[in-house]
Amino acid sequence: MNAPVSIQPNRIPGKGRLSAADPLRFTFDGKTLPALKGDTVASALIANDIHLVGRSFKYHRPRGIVSAGSEEPNALLGIQRDVARHTPNIRATVQEVYDGLEATSQNRWPSLKYDIGEINDIASPLLSAGFYYKTFMWPRKAWDKVYEPFIRKAAGLGKAPVHKDPDHYSSQHEHCDVLILGGGIAGLSAALAAAKNGARVIICDEQATFGGALHFDSDVTVDGMDGFSWAQKVTAELAAMDNARVLLRTTAFGYYAQNYVALIERVTEHLSAPRADLPRERLWEVRAKKVIIATGSIERHMVFANNDRPGILLASAARTYLNHYGVGVGKNVGVYTANDSAYAAAFDLKEAGINIPAIVDVRDNPNEELLAKASALGIRVLTGHGVMAAGGKLRVSSMSVAPVNGGANEVIAVDSIIMSGGWTPSVHMFSQSRGKVTYDADKSRFVPGVYAQDCVSIGACNGTDNLSATIDEAIAAGEDAARAVRHNAKQSATAINATGGEAWEGTLIGAAPGAEAGKVVKAFVDFQNDVTAKDIRLAVQEGFHSIEHVKRFTTNGMATDQGKLSNMHGLAIAAEALGKDLPEVGLTTFRAPYTPVTFGALVSHSKGTLFEPTRKTPMHDSEVAIGAVFEDVGSWKRAWYYPKTGEDMHAAVNRECKTARTNVGMFDASTLGKIEVVGPDAAEFLNLIYTNPFLKLGVGKLRYGIMCREDGFIYDDGVVARIAEDRFHVTTTTGGAPRVLNMMEDYLQTEFPHMKVWLTSTSEQWAVIAVQGPKSRDIVSPFVEGIDLSTEALPHMSMAEGTICGVPTRLMRMSFTGEMGFEINVPADYGRAVWDTLYQAVEEAGGCAYGTEAMHVLRAEKGYIIVGQDTDGTVTPYDAGLGWAVGKKKTDFVGIRGLKRPDLVAEGRRQLVGLKSVDGRSVLEEGAQIVDDPNQPMPMKMIGWVSSSYWSGNAQKPIAMALIEDGFNLMGKKLYVPMANEVIEVEVCKAVFVDEEGGRLHG
Amino acid sequence: MRRFSGFAVAREAMRAHKGWEKQWDNPELKSSYDVIIIGAGGHGLATAYYLAKEHGITNVAVLEKGWLGGGNTGRNTTIIRSNYLFDESAGLYNHAVKLWEGLSQDLNYNVMFSQRGVMMMAHNVHDVQVFKRHVHANRLNGVDNEWLTPEQAKEYCPPLDISKSARYPVRGAALQRKGGTARHDAVAWGYARAAAARGVHIVQNCEVKGIRRGASGEVTGVETSRGFIGAKKVGVVAAGNTSHVMQMADVQMPLESYPLQALVSEPVKPCFPCVVMSNTVHAYISQSDKGELVIGAGTDQYTSYSQTGGLHVIQHTLDAICEIFPIFSRMKMLRSWGGIVDVTPDRSPIIAQTPVEGLYVNCGWGTGGFKATPGSGHVFAHTIANAAPHKFNEGYTMERFTSGRLIDEAAAAAVSH
Repeated sequence: MNAPVSIQPNRIPGKGRLSAADPLRFTFDGKTLPALKGDTVASALIANDIHLVGRSFKYHRPRGIVSAGSEEPNALLGIQRDVARHTPNIRATVQEVYDGLEATSQNRWPSLKYDIGEINDIASPLLSAGFYYKTFMWPRKAWDKVYEPFIRKAAGLGKAPVHKDPDHYSSQHEHCDVLILGGGIAGLSAALAAAKNGARVIICDEQATFGGALHFDSDVTVDGMDGFSWAQKVTAELAAMDNARVLLRTTAFGYYAQNYVALIERVTEHLSAPRADLPRERLWEVRAKKVIIATGSIERHMVFANNDRPGILLASAARTYLNHYGVGVGKNVGVYTANDSAYAAAFDLKEAGINIPAIVDVRDNPNEELLAKASALGIRVLTGHGVMAAGGKLRVSSMSVAPVNGGANEVIAVDSIIMSGGWTPSVHMFSQSRGKVTYDADKSRFVPGVYAQDCVSIGACNGTDNLSATIDEAIAAGEDAARAVRHNAKQSATAINATGGEAWEGTLIGAAPGAEAGKVVKAFVDFQNDVTAKDIRLAVQEGFHSIEHVKRFTTNGMATDQGKLSNMHGLAIAAEALGKDLPEVGLTTFRAPYTPVTFGALVSHSKGTLFEPTRKTPMHDSEVAIGAVFEDVGSWKRAWYYPKTGEDMHAAVNRECKTARTNVGMFDASTLGKIEVVGPDAAEFLNLIYTNPFLKLGVGKLRYGIMCREDGFIYDDGVVARIAEDRFHVTTTTGGAPRVLNMMEDYLQTEFPHMKVWLTSTSEQWAVIAVQGPKSRDIVSPFVEGIDLSTEALPHMSMAEGTICGVPTRLMRMSFTGEMGFEINVPADYGRAVWDTLYQAVEEAGGCAYGTEAMHVLRAEKGYIIVGQDTDGTVTPYDAGLGWAVGKKKTDFVGIRGLKRPDLVAEGRRQLVGLKSVDGRSVLEEGAQIVDDPNQPMPMKMIGWVSSSYWSGNAQKPIAMALIEDGFNLMGKKLYVPMANEVIEVEVCKAVFVDEEGGRLHG
Repeated sequence: MRRFSGFAVAREAMRAHKGWEKQWDNPELKSSYDVIIIGAGGHGLATAYYLAKEHGITNVAVLEKGWLGGGNTGRNTTIIRSNYLFDESAGLYNHAVKLWEGLSQDLNYNVMFSQRGVMMMAHNVHDVQVFKRHVHANRLNGVDNEWLTPEQAKEYCPPLDISKSARYPVRGAALQRKGGTARHDAVAWGYARAAAARGVHIVQNCEVKGIRRGASGEVTGVETSRGFIGAKKVGVVAAGNTSHVMQMADVQMPLESYPLQALVSEPVKPCFPCVVMSNTVHAYISQSDKGELVIGAGTDQYTSYSQTGGLHVIQHTLDAICEIFPIFSRMKMLRSWGGIVDVTPDRSPIIAQTPVEGLYVNCGWGTGGFKATPGSGHVFAHTIANAAPHKFNEGYTMERFTSGRLIDEAAAAAVSH
């Protein structure tokens, strides 16, 4: 672990802010390399003189590190600390090195140096923008089988994980007065000003340390210290304040409505042995009263031939590697620029002992002072020149330089080129907030124009170049924001004195000299997606004149860097080809996220058992104890059947059904939705919601009710009990509980606001135990007090309040089995105790518990419908044979007009009937289709379908319910169910298979 | 139109691609056309193409307020399937699938129709009942759709988690092998190029501001940001903006517009072989040719014309994806976006004549319009040319909402399109 720094050939002693006392090791493509604490993978690779780190998407061109930040298009690696934690497409420029990190290059085979995919580079004249739309069409079948698999294999970057993610993530909601995006000098100054004036501040920055451009800009002095040290001092100051939260390694990635900003914090990915309780990443969902955007600007590359060779990188990146990481990007570094900033980089490199063979500046008359300083340092400057091409392949080896206006080429040997085409303000978050940018023609850039939310942009992202102007703007923004939200806060002036940081002049957007229209060179605009200047021109040539079309046709700006380097260049080249001004062509939309965000972090805790809460009834554990098998119904676990030892589902269900009919069965009905409807207008309200009449329902009586949607189709059903004149106990289907409550609320608030009715969901307040069967009264009565259970006192479809097992109950005499039965509602907390007591009695009497499957069979034997199974949103009450439940004298209820529509009263609608299998043994498949003539050709005319189908042990035959055209008039008719391998003959019958007279209900 | 082919690409490669022509022209606007189509999305462009190709009506303009293919055509998750329940839907969507199968050749434009299979997961008894009903109905309608056990589903899609311990274990799946995906932009561009080659005028950046009516109420043309353009027949194919446009002719549409969001991951090597949809867990996913996982779910809950949706919808979608495919937890979301979908009361489209003479409308595709693009354009062209519906859109009238003859796939199936 004690690798000496000296074996990192590009590490320059005395430069940078990392300490040689903190050595680390990591691997790259299996080779162990030394690094220092604080390194990014990119800085460590360059320190080890490795520039070749990946292959491009389409041409598989060798690629190096271009940037020192999140705008990196090329240096994407597979990173892992162990196999299960492999993560593809990680930016080497963002990922910090920890001891033991394993990095792997991507999109190459068999190796990074010798990549078979490089054949695409040779074939690149064939592979122009959008070539795939023009070919691979013959023969037709070959697309799926040959071409597409080949294209897919060549495309993609890293390899997707194959193991379940062992890490966890977390999320946090936060409110604050002022949220500051970016921790450069602007953001820090604003944060200080806001926090000092009492505002609750959150400031975040994507880097591991605050400072932004101060990481590289060694010319800046603030309050008497170097800029970077000042940034660390202010960070510590803010962190110590109660009203400020400082978030490092935290990227603001999405700006949504009402100042809702999403941040992602990388919590452990820089640690070699993170604590197990720490989340890998944390999602911050911040709602801010004010947002200050201080996201800085991004340097652009120069678009010239072979500008993608490893070793060619942004000038500011080279300066960052030198001044922050103490790493030289080469020994002999050429400079190509259209902007002053590259001079500052060149001077720093030169002063660190790196040879600068030439600064090539496309401008004829750069800043005199810079020229003078270059001259003083002995650096040759070629003004009015361009780099016509870079030489070398796996690493840049030379630059071919010529006057912009034509002239002889000079080849200059280099091992790196640093470049600057000027700076693009980062208006991403501003644009995501739906603000409109405006074009600053003077400096060829888009800057914030019209704001859509309560936010303000400051510093470089606002087009403010000058250091002192930036600080003034930042302090004003921070103080204004604080005063706007904290009217009574003490006022505290913030003064920051800074020198240096001269505004950098000069810009070049679009192709550099030598890559103009007509030049057949590979001058890359979008590195990762291999989009060249000529691809963009080809798109325009082919009629793609909207910038969105150009983007989609060429894929410019659609790589993982989302066009942070390429968008402006692409726009300028398209504008030139179209003969239009830049702003006329317009920008493409900035979309969230700013940088890619881990799925797991967005999921956070919502996985496994917390993906959706599992709802269990109060009796669940007792059911587990007696061996229940459960099924998912909505979010509930419901006891499906209760197999005894050796029983399969079929045997268990048969036994349960038989026991309920001949003896007694117990069923957990707690999942049914329950709504307490209360108020002087409660009866009137239910009369409007249900098709049935409710005004005359007596206190203590029950009624089976159907509710429709406006369109007249069945929406839900359930039994309604009148507890008192102004109080109803409404039940719904298990799945329908929330939507029925919503529908009722909706009507109450929008259609019937005059009614005095209050709705309360009581689904989870009541446990419900159904006791059904000839012996049900014998079972229940010993435990009941205060209720006469005789049929005379408590007939079918009535209820009473009293106690059972000493706890209060709403006891209902009702049945979903066709047997005499009771549904016992008790407060949920007593549910299990009452269940256990009753179960003991049931078992002693030879009865049993039955599950949802037996419940389905028992009700089907009686032809009772299940909404959602025997109805499907196209079935009216009449279709379901429930016309009796529609109040004939009612003048209004939800769905009454829908039910009168011509098609709903037409002849021949699908109607719910019973089906017998003619062979007496075939149990039909639910969902099977029914035809009149099984021998007709395809497509067949289907006249109905099987909605419910079971083996009925009680009837000793298969039973089924089906919706069939004109079914009520087809009694006795033979129809056919064509299956994949056979045709089953069926006969239409009434949908009741047991106790047709219904006498058993009354006990 | 110069034909595209491997040979043509090779020839152009030798001369720096100087020979490629504009894929469609920016023609001079005429003062009138036989037919004006409002909206240059996939459906509108396909309509224009089939008007020219099948009905010989080439004096057609397609007017687009923005850039062609910039609406839902360029924003959807490109799933194509036809395993719908009702006869009307099976007919229409299967008609579309048949056209998809020959579309690249017909348009001479590779739309990358990839029949990688669409698998719809069943997670509970109710799902099983619903999907089996579909499988049976599809079989008798001649639409391919088959039932798979969880093990067969896993074999078809290895990343699937079929463990019994999942919150919603997989109980089976319905697989349509002929379903798949296509390259959405290429569909718009291919139709635009092929229509333009037959003389259709494609006019971008031309917003319709009004619909002019004659003495007896018939359509006479449209007012646009570039002046009045005459036409006896106008077809409105404006997706989320249909209500606005139809209002110009005083026609109230039974539509609501919602944002629908989607997202893609960073590109990775092939890891996902088909399309998987889960209604219960609520998401769908496929992998594009570029390597991105393409992910979507249902609409936002509130009506809106804003193409930015809420983050919570994205989060819930990813909850669902990572629940079925836990291996994707470390993947990263690269891009998310929204589109505005127009939804009818029964969530099936309207492809029909309107009460206004000469005015036709094709709308209400909700979340599922892309898959129908060729079929939709084909039958809508027929409807406009003949002033009568094609047999596959006879049921897709506006009147069905007053007659009650709905085509309610969603209610019947509880399946998102």
